[in-house]
Amino acid sequence: MNRRSFLRTSAVLASGLAALAASLSPLRDLGDYTTLDRFVQKYYKELTPEEMAKVLKRIEAEVERQYGIRPHVRDLKPMDGVEFVYALNLTRCIGCRKCVHACVQENNQSRTPEIQYIRVLRLPHGSLDIDNAEHNYAPESVPEKGYFYMPVQCQQCKNPPCVKVCPVHATWQETDGITVIDYDWCIGCRYCEAACPYWARRFNFTKPSIPKDRLNPDMAYLGNRPRRQGVMEKCHFCIQRTRVGRYPACLEVCPAGARKFGNILDPNSEVSYILRTKRVFIQLKEEMGTSPRFFYYFDV
Amino acid sequence: MNRAMRDYLVFLQRCGRIAFVGDWRYYAWMGALTVLCLVGLNAYAKQLVNGLITTGMSDQVSWGVYIANFTFLVGVAAAAVMMVIPVYIYDNEELHDLVIFGELLAVAAILMCLAFVTVDLGRPDRFWHLIPGLGQLNFPASMLSWDVIVLNGYLLLNLHICGYLLYCRYRGRKPSKWFYIPFVFVAIGWAVSIHTVTAFLYVGLGGRPFWNSSIVGPRFLASAFTAGPAMIILALQVIRRITDYHITDKALLTLRGIIQVSMLINVFLLVNEVFKEFYSGNLHVASSKYLYLGLHGYHALVPWIWTAIVFNLVAMFLLVLPLSRSLKWLNLTCVLCITGIWIEKGMGLVIPGFIPTPLGQIVEYRPSLNETLICIGIWAFGLLAYTIFLRMSVPILQGRLSKATEGRPLPAAARP
Repeated sequence: MNRRSFLRTSAVLASGLAALAASLSPLRDLGDYTTLDRFVQKYYKELTPEEMAKVLKRIEAEVERQYGIRPHVRDLKPMDGVEFVYALNLTRCIGCRKCVHACVQENNQSRTPEIQYIRVLRLPHGSLDIDNAEHNYAPESVPEKGYFYMPVQCQQCKNPPCVKVCPVHATWQETDGITVIDYDWCIGCRYCEAACPYWARRFNFTKPSIPKDRLNPDMAYLGNRPRRQGVMEKCHFCIQRTRVGRYPACLEVCPAGARKFGNILDPNSEVSYILRTKRVFIQLKEEMGTSPRFFYYFDV
Repeated sequence: MNRAMRDYLVFLQRCGRIAFVGDWRYYAWMGALTVLCLVGLNAYAKQLVNGLITTGMSDQVSWGVYIANFTFLVGVAAAAVMMVIPVYIYDNEELHDLVIFGELLAVAAILMCLAFVTVDLGRPDRFWHLIPGLGQLNFPASMLSWDVIVLNGYLLLNLHICGYLLYCRYRGRKPSKWFYIPFVFVAIGWAVSIHTVTAFLYVGLGGRPFWNSSIVGPRFLASAFTAGPAMIILALQVIRRITDYHITDKALLTLRGIIQVSMLINVFLLVNEVFKEFYSGNLHVASSKYLYLGLHGYHALVPWIWTAIVFNLVAMFLLVLPLSRSLKWLNLTCVLCITGIWIEKGMGLVIPGFIPTPLGQIVEYRPSLNETLICIGIWAFGLLAYTIFLRMSVPILQGRLSKATEGRPLPAAARP
């Protein structure tokens, strides 16, 4: 190689590398996108109890660093002999959306952009056709004459399409009937979001942001611990509450008493009583064969 | 063994070097594509930092142009089979020396497919969760896991077939039939499978009536076997113009015969689909209404889909008329086919599946600038890859880049 062609080759190479570096320059703001520990973290079901303990410690430290509050993160397992079921009284629901906001607060959803697990539909009297649903109703006061309201959230299907389509087993059904997500395993392909017939799944399109003073420090691994950019999340029947014997936040806040929750395997539970005695109850889109664990019913 | 290894490495090294050798037109073309690639890479770096919020997608319309382009390109890749079948099953003479250009196009198309799905991922750093053994591939339940397998398998098959044949030609040896013919026949079935599996990604979703229809798979194949060979017709003429590689008009007209039949079937299936959707008039027609007519005052896709339909119909008439035997008209027809099908299979199939949402909400979708730049970058990357493949393969097939010419300077100009 002579001197001239050497110089020319070097010049081309140098400007090529400079252009490459310039085009990649936004990556300087990648921040804590991932760390080695998080990159190599194992799948939830493959973590040994010792490894899980370490992971929980790490998550607590990460949350504390980011929010200045030391949370309590637990890996709560399903209880034996329990299958959770939700029942919602459409006669009572007044469409106030208190459940929507209680859920956001309880489950540490991102506030900007705001992610909500519950969508309340306003429907004209007489029809359950959700193509007529109004999502953005905003009257002076609720309820409005001539309408009824139907809150929709994850239906915790017995036959969940979202679980079937996930290419990496990042979402699955637990023995107590709750379909959960391993936020550290999800690759963010959003196939589950396309598959869900109830539009119950939400994606973190950007880094979630929660004001420090609004963080709920009582957390569960498969529940309300803060999520990261690029993963799915959805209603999990407030795992961090219900697996220790408490009611979901949406139920507790409901001023109309429209929401009922409990163990369908216990014949004395309220939900067992409702499903036994109500003449009609509705499983949304029953024809899908998804068999929801979420039942809508009427008083009369 | 060592000697064979050395020979192979020299082959690879010379192939690699020739990609950087050419006349000024070649440099200008490659330089322009490289710039577009870098622009796309820059846009992707921004997306990686800020998340998919930089796209036009939302929880309502959760797939957009990335998956649309992916779907279209799987079809282009599958269409290589339309050159392979005439050559290997019907012993077509005209296409015999051209089939490799179709297979190389398939390789480039698959590379673009893989790029499009990667940029669509929220957590690309976790791609290893898909690797069997290392991760948790949900096979066979998830259609996406099938897609991962068939696409990568198809890539390997075509790389093997093209690589083996080119290396034999380079060495001046006759290829051993046992080393590639079985793979060719596997690849024929495999090509159909990649597009069928991609169709099943959509068809399998019971909650999306627009996709949950058994005609989607056959339509995918018919449209792919139109758009793919149309691209090959254009590519072959570019090769003929720039190099002196021998390509007959008869070969191009054979491909015309293929897209003729495919386009007729494609339009016939479209009529079937539209009839079923609109005549029965049940509630599930909302997405089709949105696509073709607009719904409750929302009609972003209406001009697009009618453009696609007009293009497809005009192309169909041109194809059945003798007019399209002239290359000028044939080229116009090909452009109409490619554009029409790109719209209909991409935006026209993916977006309306999400509108209205399963809860009846209508939120429209428009790709953002950043998202568009990423798409342009990936297309430029695909063209760059295909150009490099041609830059390597044409001189090899012509015998100007061979073991016999080792030690001599690489052929710089495209024409000797």
